Amino acid sequence: MARKAVATKAKAQSNVPEFSREQETEAYREMLLIRRFEEKAGQMYGMGLIGGFCHLYIGQEAVVTGVTMASKKGVDAQITGYRDHGHMLVMGLDPKGVMAELTGREAGLSRGKGGSMHMFSNEHRFYGGNGIVGAQVSLGTGLAFAAKYRGDGSVSLAYFGDGAANQGQVYESFNMAKLWSLPVVFIIENNKYAMGTSIERAAATTDLSTRGASFNIPGEQVDGMDVRLVHDAAERAIEHARSGKGPYILEMLTYRYRGHSMSDPAKYRTKDEVTKYRQERDPIEQVKVRLLEAGYETEESLKKIEADIRAIVTEAADFATTAPEPDAAELWTDITVSA
Amino acid sequence: MPNILMPALSPTMEEGKLAKWLVKVGDTVKSGDVLAEIETDKATMEVESVDEGVVKALLIAEGTDNVKVNTPIALILGEGETAEAAPAPAAAPAAEAAPSMIEAEAPAPAPTVAAAPAAPKFEAQGDPDLPAGVEMVEMTVRQALNEAMAEELRRDKDVFIIGEEVAEYQGAYKITQNLLQEFGPERIIDTPITEHGFAGLAVGAAFAGLRPIVEFMTWNFAMQAIDQIINSAAKQLYMSGGQVKAPIVFRGPNGVASRVGAQHSQDYSAWYSHVPGLTVIAPYSAADAKGLLKAAIRSPNPVVFLENEILYGSTGLVPKVDDFVLPIGKARIARSGKDVTIVSFSMGMRYATQATEKLVAAGLDVELIDLRTLRPLDIDTVIASVKKTGRLVTVEEGWPQGGIGADISARVMEQAFDYLDAPILRVTGKDVPMPYAANLEKLALPNVDEVIAAVNAVTYRS
Ligand SMILES: Cc1ncc(C[n+]2csc(CCOP(=O)(O)OP(=O)(O)O)c2C)c(N)n1
Ligand SMILES: [Mg+2]
Repeated sequence: MARKAVATKAKAQSNVPEFSREQETEAYREMLLIRRFEEKAGQMYGMGLIGGFCHLYIGQEAVVTGVTMASKKGVDAQITGYRDHGHMLVMGLDPKGVMAELTGREAGLSRGKGGSMHMFSNEHRFYGGNGIVGAQVSLGTGLAFAAKYRGDGSVSLAYFGDGAANQGQVYESFNMAKLWSLPVVFIIENNKYAMGTSIERAAATTDLSTRGASFNIPGEQVDGMDVRLVHDAAERAIEHARSGKGPYILEMLTYRYRGHSMSDPAKYRTKDEVTKYRQERDPIEQVKVRLLEAGYETEESLKKIEADIRAIVTEAADFATTAPEPDAAELWTDITVSA
Repeated sequence: MPNILMPALSPTMEEGKLAKWLVKVGDTVKSGDVLAEIETDKATMEVESVDEGVVKALLIAEGTDNVKVNTPIALILGEGETAEAAPAPAAAPAAEAAPSMIEAEAPAPAPTVAAAPAAPKFEAQGDPDLPAGVEMVEMTVRQALNEAMAEELRRDKDVFIIGEEVAEYQGAYKITQNLLQEFGPERIIDTPITEHGFAGLAVGAAFAGLRPIVEFMTWNFAMQAIDQIINSAAKQLYMSGGQVKAPIVFRGPNGVASRVGAQHSQDYSAWYSHVPGLTVIAPYSAADAKGLLKAAIRSPNPVVFLENEILYGSTGLVPKVDDFVLPIGKARIARSGKDVTIVSFSMGMRYATQATEKLVAAGLDVELIDLRTLRPLDIDTVIASVKKTGRLVTVEEGWPQGGIGADISARVMEQAFDYLDAPILRVTGKDVPMPYAANLEKLALPNVDEVIAAVNAVTYRS
């Protein structure tokens, strides 16, 4: 087999794979959309327009953006936990539909019945939006099973957190995925914390890329704040899975700037740590600097992009605020499929 | 036993095919020799000899289908043995008369199995008498639970707490606040997110004599661990013939929370109350929360302790006595009355209490019962009340089918049918997964108006 030293980490690339002008701009737009959308959602939560749990993706934008750019949109399936808004936006789901779901309206992606943690799209092959930590790993492995069963050439991209990586069903899934050579890429979004528990306090071994070692699943640790490195690793992993070689693990080293959910005392980490990531590693700033340095964009043209994105987000927010709630009769629909 | 009988490959096998003989008449066989192969639609098996001797006869021909289990298939005689009589070949099954469904004149069939003896009755004790003039302290349910655990941790070194975010974070809902500071990390233990694993670990520790308190961040996540709760904890005493105890408390917020959607908002009361071997407690008031959690921690049995996130902040008066322990299995009559009985527990009590206030103001003498414990269920208190009022309404947040109200209705039918003046009505959560939208969520929950409407219906008032 190609990567004999599976247990060991595949070597991180020493030269950073460069993006083309189009790729840089695309990555910038996608990540900025997530950032501005999430900021707005946070604001609307504070205004009482969004209820329950609301887990923001701010800081982790490069992960889903780089992976999705390396995937076949509309063909490859994606599935994640409850921190799911960014995944949907990059996959091309309508920001108005996402925001209207957050406010619990009829026009929401789940017609107001799911909320922040439960949105889906058959058309875009997004399977949620799952509230139970770890469940998406088995489900994502099942999406890969279906891909292989049908021979449709699709790959399943299953995202989960560093905390979720300790659930038993993750390892049950790893075993089956390798045993049956299923086309799945396990993407661990290691943002260092599971709620208030740092990875060091929860995991006996903290290099999560080697968690597939005893199943012979290759794994890589990736700088998840650099969208180019994410994209490059994802291309490799997706190609591996698509070509029939079975599962692949990508541990994305990333960081969430905001609290776990909206109410979070954040006593488990220092302000300095957060500030350092924001100032020195921000995924969007990195692209912005390159865009300007390479002369791909000017301050002026970037302002135009910013204005476009803000318009999309404002439109989504206005829509989600004014759209009507579901009809009361909806209480009793969608429980089972009526024959 | 000279006859070799057709063996069963499984407990449910009734017949099979004698596929092949591997011996013939006159062969000498010893134990372990394969005599024949038999087949069913599911499996093939070799029949071995367990005796030594000479094959005298093969009674069933090779290739015969549908040979009934325990039919003699061969005769093997040991040294000095003689066949008393040649066994008759298995007779073909006689055609049975078609059974008639209409046997009106036939006598009742005699029972073929001995009837199980009646279950022994659980006798709950009453609440302890409080000393005259005892001081009552106002506190939240959260504080009451926290005090109960702190007191029991002080009292018994074998008690420890394990769960997600219980220590450094001080509890996701702050129920374990300050316990890490007082009792240290050996007794207040943060876990990885691995419910099935740490629940199993805690049950194992209980087998070995410790008294774990397992906090589930919410009961929704205990579904990852339900196998260990039921298959390991609940059944252990019975399976071990009374040898191995599992003194453990599983606790955390249960029921509907606000706007968190279908996977994070549901009531497990009926689920766990279904299981023999478990004790299930679901308190409403701060005093009950404290007294029953202390009882749960001291219980030698596995206890499922169902709290409610929305009730954590509600306050009540808790008696200030040294050791306030309440009896498990005893309902509390929150208000006595003679016109109608309302039975509820946990969050349902909030709707039931508000409805009672309005109904009493309207001139109806309501008796309100807080079950407090769901297993063992204090049905005696309910029955006594129904005998007095003749009318019953149950209130719960859970789904209607197979719910606590359904069970109470059945038992009241069995034990007090003649006392009922109206059908029992259940007020429950709607039979749907919990929706997120604010308006739909409201509709999915039971409410005060529904309780009042049900009471009006059973009392024939409009
Ligand atoms: C089975 C289960 N246990 C506990 C929870 C509560 N919970 C929600 S998110 C979370 C932390 C998960 O952390 P991680 O996997 O690192 O993902 P992150 O939030 O950092 O994206 C916990 C404990 C849950 N939803 N499901
Ligand atoms: Mg995390």
